[in-house]
Parts: sequence; structure tokens; C-alpha cells
Amino acid sequence: MARYLWTIRPLFLLSALLVAVIFVSLGLGAATISPAEVWAVFNPQVPANPATRTIVLDFRLARALLVSLVGAGLGGAGAAFQGLFRNPLADPFIIGASGGAALGATLVITSGWTATRFGVGPVPLAAFVGALLAVGLAYGLSEVSGQLRTLALLLAGTALSAMFSAAVSLLMVLNDRDFVNVFFWLLGGFSGRSWDDLWLALPYIAIGLIGLTLLSRPLDVLAFGDEAAQGLGVAVPQVRLLVVLCAALATAAAVASSGIIGFVGLIAPHIARLLWGPIHARLVPMSALLGALLLVLADTAARTLAAPIELPIGVLTALLGAPFFLYLLRTRRELF
Amino acid sequence: MMNEQASPYLEARSLVCAYQANAQQIILHDVDMALYPGELVGLIGPNGAGKTTLLRALARLLPPKSGQVLLDGRDIWRLSVRQMARRVGRVPQSANAAWPYAIEHVVRMGRYPHRGWLAPHNQRDLSAVEEALDCMVLKPLRNRAFNTLSGGEQQRVLIARALAQEPRVLLLDEPIANLDINHQLQVLTLVRDRVRHQQLAAVLAIHDLELAARFCDRLILLNQGRIWAAGLPAEVLQVDHLRNVFGVKAQLYRDPLGQWALSVELVSDDESIQ
Repeated sequence: MARYLWTIRPLFLLSALLVAVIFVSLGLGAATISPAEVWAVFNPQVPANPATRTIVLDFRLARALLVSLVGAGLGGAGAAFQGLFRNPLADPFIIGASGGAALGATLVITSGWTATRFGVGPVPLAAFVGALLAVGLAYGLSEVSGQLRTLALLLAGTALSAMFSAAVSLLMVLNDRDFVNVFFWLLGGFSGRSWDDLWLALPYIAIGLIGLTLLSRPLDVLAFGDEAAQGLGVAVPQVRLLVVLCAALATAAAVASSGIIGFVGLIAPHIARLLWGPIHARLVPMSALLGALLLVLADTAARTLAAPIELPIGVLTALLGAPFFLYLLRTRRELF
Repeated sequence: MMNEQASPYLEARSLVCAYQANAQQIILHDVDMALYPGELVGLIGPNGAGKTTLLRALARLLPPKSGQVLLDGRDIWRLSVRQMARRVGRVPQSANAAWPYAIEHVVRMGRYPHRGWLAPHNQRDLSAVEEALDCMVLKPLRNRAFNTLSGGEQQRVLIARALAQEPRVLLLDEPIANLDINHQLQVLTLVRDRVRHQQLAAVLAIHDLELAARFCDRLILLNQGRIWAAGLPAEVLQVDHLRNVFGVKAQLYRDPLGQWALSVELVSDDESIQ
């Protein structure tokens, strides 16, 4: 039982911290709302100001929860891909999800298609489908009759990513009137997101993260290589397919919600591993929580630092994330 | 030591293998061998003779071009990966952990084939892990990270991980190649004792012929993918075999302590022409 609590405690502490940060972020923004007023919105005993209520619940809370969800998806998927490829440089986009999403979104933006389906515009749908197609393509190209070829998947994904981003650049150059729209989508952001966006992304990211947590034991065994894992009874091709499927679902839903947000999925797993060790049963959930926390902080900064202008969150995560990563690289040599 | 009445745990029948399943060049030609409970069999032969390929084929990592590998009389390719891992433990020559797992966790990975994805550790898992740690003298190191250990310590961890699988067959690919003489003797002694006490069957690829003669119950000499000789160490390590296969002039003899010893020198050119 003590053992069990030891596993649960950091999870509980980090969740509490995330809730606290979200609560604080609800008061910050173009209109500052005091913590007492924010609290009043959640307290049924007190009649709340309808305008405040709308800002806190429909604008900021929906957005903060979507940001958390996306951060969790990216953090968890990053931990899983680092584990699957045994590579500390792996991130959720390593096998082409970002390239595919970018190509899908760019195609829709440049074609001027605006029809709305399921309460969302065509860009998120195209990004979602593009991400899944790209990962599927990388997977299909690398798979040779169920052999142990995890490295081939990594290489196929890298090559496809390069090809997709070249196609995106080409489309941007050929359609210069949409240049700015595409450019801002690529930078990522949560401006104007609502409850609809949250409900749409929730099932995919939840399924992905639950699946990856269930796969944490084979991910541990894979740390010694495909052959060693097979010798210990891991059905490597099946496990690889499931990990890719779950991580791609979470990543595709994240990219569709917010565009391409770099570095969170790379850094969250590293910090989690540093703090709580490499066992995936703890690493995957903790990376997800840490990804959520980092992204909420970044989004709050993006909304408030230069208000009323909103900074692109992808720029912030890279600007803050890269130096932190370099700091880890210099000081924690045993990790790399 | 070896139980002659028992049926073999592991058996290769007319095994033909290439380097990869779909490659053309044949590495193993028509290999027949059987492995009985309680015996430690040494696999010897020059570089490129096919030792590693044979071990990979026995470990179900390499599908044969033709022939069969039987485990308790059943073709290993009809077993699931997990069924295989419950019966056969494999010890690689060396290993790299991508992440800094503690020794205790590495050895626990040996319980994977018994537990699967979700089941928690039961008492038997924990006691198997403790026993494997104890057997390889690893208890003082249990919280150290695998990557921080010396080569000999890592090798003991890999063997402990295989023992935690509670296998009946152990396949060891040059487990002492990177160790100093003290750790070579330590590892070989631990393995031999375990094999005898638990009536396991073990195959050990090994380059050191003298240690092979001392520790193994039987030897299999591979040359260019074929079994050149097999039997008791004194039968296999004959002057003719060693000259023809390794190109050395070597003599196996009993040292003053009664242990096998081997004196070796290169065959000079005019001798090898004969």
C-alpha cells in the first residue's frame, strides 16, 4: 500500500498544481478578474455577473482546459515515442504527424474551403486527417512482414516530414495571398477556441493517453532493444503498432486543435524522467501532466505578456523551451 | 551432470539458416544438435563460423530456411513470443539501456513473460527476482543504474534477468568476451552451478577454448556453418581439429591441479601446406 501511494503522490501533487495554475490563469488576460470574482463564478451560492461568467467559463476555462488537454497529449505522446525509438530526441512529430497536419491545413487554407462540419471549420479536420495519414504512410513504408524494424519507421517518418514541409513551403509560395494565414497556423495557438473544440479533441487524446499508459510495461522492456524485448516476451510488431496508433491519435487531435506547438512534447518527458525516473507506468502520466502544466503556463504568457496582442504560443514554447533543454543538456550529461 | 535418459529440452534438426530470413547466402548448413537438462554446452569456432547465427535461430529471432528447432518436441515457431520467453532465457553479449533503469527494475523485466501488460507483481514474481539478484551477487547493486555498472556487473545483470524468467533453457552469446579473467571465472562458475542445481540446459558461445574445456560438459565445434565436431571437451579439442579449423598447433593437457589447459601456437606456413 505504501508502494502504491508512492506512485500516486506525485501524480496527485502535480494535478493539484495544474488546477491551481489554471485557476490563476482564469483571472489573467485582456480584462483582469480578481480571484474572488473567479471563485464566485464557480460558487452556485453567489449570483455572478453574466459578463464575468462568460469570460471566465466560455472563453478562459474552455481554452485553459483545451490547452491542458493538448499539452497532455503532446507530453504523453512524446514520452511514448522516446520510449519506442529509444531516442531522447524523439517528439510527438518524429514520424511525420506535424508535416502531414501542416500539409492538410495548408491545402484547405489555400483552396479557400470554409464549409463547417461537426461544429468546426475544415482546417482542424484536414490537419487531423493529414497527421494520421502521414503517420500511417510512414508506418506502411517501414513495415516489412512484421519484422523488427523500428529504426526504419524513424527514418521513413523523418524523410516524409521533410517532403511534407517542402510541399507546404511550395504551396505558401504559390498562394501568397494565404501566406499569413498558413504562417500563423504553423506557429500554433488557441485564440478563439471554445467548448466545441474541447469536446472534439477530448476522446482522441483520452484514448491515446489511456492506451499509452496501458502499454507502459512493454515500453520499459523495449529500452534494451527490439531483440532483447522479444526475448523477454514482448510481441514487438504488435506493441509498436499500438504505441504508434495511440500516440498518433493524441498528436493528431492536438495538432488539429492548435496547430504545431513544438518543444512541449520533447521537454516534458525529459523533465518527468529526471524527477520521477524512467519507469513508463509513471513516466507517461507524469509527462502528460507536466506537458499540460507547461502549456497552460505558456498560453497564459502568450495571452498576457503583450496584451491585447496575443503572441503565438509555438514561438513562446520554443523560445523558453530550447534554452531550458540546452541547460539540461549541459548540466545533466547522464541523460544524453 | 547430464541426464542421459531425459528427452532433450531443445533440439535443432537439419537446420539451415541465412544471415537474414530472406538473404541468399547460407550461414548454417544442416545443423543437428540436442540439449539435455543439466548440461552446459560450449559453442566454439572461429569468427564467422555461425555461432551467433545458431544462437539466434535457437532463440527464435531468425526464421530458418529449412529444418526445425524444437522446444520440448514442439516447433518454436508455433509458440508465441511469450510462451517462448517463459521457457528460454537469452543473454546477449552486451546491452545498452536507453534510460537509466535501476538494476532491480532490469531484473524485474525478466518477469514480463509471466505477468504481461497489466497484472501486478505477485509473490512468485518478487521471489524470482530476489533469487536471481542473489544468485548473481547483485543485491548490493540493486538501486544502481544499469548504465553506470562495469562490463562484468552488466553481464551479471543480464544473466539475472534471464534467470528471473525461470527458463529451462539458457542461451548465452559470448557472455565473457568483454570481461577480465576474474569476472570470466566468476560468471562461468555462477552459470555452471545454476545449470546443475536447477537442471537447466544451457548453450554458451565462447572464444576461450581453455575455459570452454574446463566449464562445459560438452562442446560443439562449428566451422563455416557446419558442425565439425561435437562431444566431450577432450574429444572435440583434438590436435587435428584445432589445426584444421583454427589454424593453430594446440595441445590439450591436464595442468598440475588436474584442470584442462591448452598450449597454443600459430601453425607455421610449411606445416599448414601439408
